[in-house]
Amino acid sequence: MSDTSTLGPTSVDDLALDGPTAAPRSNGELVFSAPWEGRAFGLAVSLADDGAFTMSDFQAELIIAIAEWDALDRPVEEYHYYECWLVALERLVAARTPIDASDIDERSSEYLDRPAGHDHGHDHDHDHGH
Amino acid sequence: MTASPLRADRAPAAIRTEALEALLTEKGLVNAGGLDGLIKRFVNDVGPMNGAKVVAKAWTDPEFYERLLADGTAAVGEFGFSGPQGEHIVVVENSDTMHNVVVCTLCSCYPWPLLGLPPDWYKDPAYRSRVVREPRKLLGEMGLDLDESIDITVWDSSAENRYFILPQRPAGTDGLSEDELAALVSREAMVGVAQVRAPA
Repeated sequence: MSDTSTLGPTSVDDLALDGPTAAPRSNGELVFSAPWEGRAFGLAVSLADDGAFTMSDFQAELIIAIAEWDALDRPVEEYHYYECWLVALERLVAARTPIDASDIDERSSEYLDRPAGHDHGHDHDHDHGH
Repeated sequence: MTASPLRADRAPAAIRTEALEALLTEKGLVNAGGLDGLIKRFVNDVGPMNGAKVVAKAWTDPEFYERLLADGTAAVGEFGFSGPQGEHIVVVENSDTMHNVVVCTLCSCYPWPLLGLPPDWYKDPAYRSRVVREPRKLLGEMGLDLDESIDITVWDSSAENRYFILPQRPAGTDGLSEDELAALVSREAMVGVAQVRAPA
């Protein structure tokens, strides 16, 4: 049916569709432009399913994160919805689970310092994009 | 707040997401297998074909049409379409004199069970602001030129109301089955940035 090619003025995220490993869809469109977006999406929905917080709680955090981003006065091309999504998720996890913001920072630093070709010891089939 | 988007020294999102998933899994707060299944479902199974079925049913079944306008969430529930962001669905109907279009100005509220996850243009700051300020011009740029005689209503979705557009059934489709009709209905038409056209 219709496609996003007619949406020139608003489809500023098109470049992200060239994400390295995301699977193409039959209509040429991607649900997630990089694997981490799908993981971040799934983590939020899964935690809400299990009652760590509600989707309404999440939505309220997301609105705050997007408003902060909008207030940055950056070129619109830099807007990235799932970056805001991840910020909201990190804040809710820090507020509602035993995991602190510093835990996330520390683990991220550890992963950043990994040598190439590391084995990170858990078995799953998604690509981390590095 | 350490997780501010204002912070330039944040690790890349892919790394932070991986760290978050590992921590949540270690604490038993997330099950990796369940997570994989959930993501695959949204990538492969939930999409605008669901909403298109609802539209085609409303076009061909007057009683369903009444139920859909009266209580969108309950009516789409008859198809089994429910789940996160499937609550509080409000159906608004296009007519010869009124065209409706949906936005979420604050984030990207969207009826996931009916349309899947929102496309990039729907989440874009330009769409979120311009469709409110200059809907006719923006719709024109998106390929939908509406006659000046048609009024436009912009509906701002939120957690309380997730709007879903019932497009007009195009002329010349009387002989089509429900399935054939559903195949004509695009996601864009159900958000209100396009109309449904009869097959050429």
